[in-house]
Amino acid sequence: MIWNEEIETMPLENLKNLQSERLVNLVHYVYEHSPFYRQKLDETGVSPSDIRGIEDINKLPFTTKLDLRDHYPFGLFSLPRREAVEIHVSSGTTGNPTVVGYTRDDLKLWSEVMARSLCCAGAKPGDLLQNAFGYGLFTGGLGFHYGALAMGLTVIPCSAGQTKRQLKIMQDFKPDILSCTPSYCLYMADEAKEMGLDTRQGSWRIGIFGAEPWSTSMQKEIEEIWNMTATDIYGMSEIIGPGVAQECTYKQGLHLFSDVFYPEVIDPDSDKPVPEGQDGELVITTLTKQAIPLLRYRTRDVVNMTTQPCPCGRTSPRTSKIKGRTDDMIVVRGVNVFPSQIEGVLLGIEGTHPHYQLVIDRQAHKLDEVEILVEVDEKIFSDEMKQMRMLEQKIKKEIEGVLSIGVTVKLVEPKTIQRSEGKASRVVDKRVL
Amino acid sequence: MKVRQISVFLENRKGRLYEVCSLLGEAEINIRALTIAETESFGVLRMVVNKPAAAIDLFRKHHITANLTDVVAVEVPDKPGGLAEVLKVLSNENMNVEYMYGFVEKFSEKALLVFRFDDPERACKVLASAGINVVGEKEILSL
Repeated sequence: MIWNEEIETMPLENLKNLQSERLVNLVHYVYEHSPFYRQKLDETGVSPSDIRGIEDINKLPFTTKLDLRDHYPFGLFSLPRREAVEIHVSSGTTGNPTVVGYTRDDLKLWSEVMARSLCCAGAKPGDLLQNAFGYGLFTGGLGFHYGALAMGLTVIPCSAGQTKRQLKIMQDFKPDILSCTPSYCLYMADEAKEMGLDTRQGSWRIGIFGAEPWSTSMQKEIEEIWNMTATDIYGMSEIIGPGVAQECTYKQGLHLFSDVFYPEVIDPDSDKPVPEGQDGELVITTLTKQAIPLLRYRTRDVVNMTTQPCPCGRTSPRTSKIKGRTDDMIVVRGVNVFPSQIEGVLLGIEGTHPHYQLVIDRQAHKLDEVEILVEVDEKIFSDEMKQMRMLEQKIKKEIEGVLSIGVTVKLVEPKTIQRSEGKASRVVDKRVL
Repeated sequence: MKVRQISVFLENRKGRLYEVCSLLGEAEINIRALTIAETESFGVLRMVVNKPAAAIDLFRKHHITANLTDVVAVEVPDKPGGLAEVLKVLSNENMNVEYMYGFVEKFSEKALLVFRFDDPERACKVLASAGINVVGEKEILSL
């Protein structure tokens, strides 16, 4: 079923007219409401009247995560904070987290795109959804919740964790749909096997997984183990949360809801658009948001796009799965991790700048593990074991505080972290994604 | 009367202690006393050698993390209750021993132990005033 038939199957020409109209309104809106964008547009020498349609979008300046961080907490809001009815927070590159706000209409928009996503994955009104995305500051839990309410699902707000209880709910309530990170789904499979459950007899017909990169082979594995259709969802809090793009049951890419989130794919070095089908950085303009609309937001995610028709009938362009990043961000258990965060912690602890490395690994069917190797130099070395253990514990605690995920810290000898061209490589990702 | 101890940071991996010891051997540096404290992933090797300055230079050259710490070498009567006598003196003065270990050789009829204190200067005074022999670096190096 298609949630919003009129919009989702709109001929591309009409869609373009809608996008044009919305972009023109948006530029006027941010120019009037946001001191940040007014200044940015003035500096770029662009007046709102220069933007006459979607083809003029490349005249507009980009927005980056750095802009969000530098105007922490509410500086990028186009409306006073009190106009927002909800606020979410995600991790930032260093120091300040990223704060986003929603007006009542923004929440309606979020519900709408999430309802489209759920239908796109195969949900029908009346289905029972087990939502195992985290509820809280993270957008995953509430985004699914709002979409489920909008499209008439029965939602079980399980949130993440408490795996035994999740499995009991699955056995007793027989939910039709599961939403969580793909690695948590595999983790639950292991737990289920240990409990002696036959996963192929599980009740979930549909899985909607996202918030971390995952491969098509992992997708097939999940489908095989749980005997379900596993689909991919894409989003980020800066744009709205989950619900930016969703794979349909034909699995030929993720339908991006471009009537409200206008996508461009650019060469990250030249900032010029790449031809359709070629890999590049995804840039998104939120055409209708009110609290924190963003012009040409650099997602740093590498994808390619197609406008070729999809058998499902939806006309919106489709993105590939995320193929990588243009920065050094990594996603671990649904949490964004930047090496610079680790650097900040280490600098704060001893005032020194030790070499470090993040090693991320995912054992079969297990959650991602993060190990942080820290080279012990003379400044942080002590002959006393208790000092060394305290150092190890302190690094662990502070990093966990910043990242909000568990890590292990390993102290290593100097020069054990590999260096290329004199620079240590900060991240070793051993996961097969 | 303090003695310089060399502490070395070592990862817990096969052959690592051998590599460090053979470096010392090749440089004709003799180990007088040695102990290792370890966790599952790393260890701290502590030792008294006959050429501490040369040993530190050697480790730095090989990118091995090492430092010098002042410790106190104490002669302890080699008989039942010998160590207890020494510890009693320290305990009465509220002096905490961070760790301790023994020398390979004896300086006299007595056993020779290395003590690590927070305040080695004060420890030397406390021990000396109780008539316990604290051995200086010169004597240790001539062992």
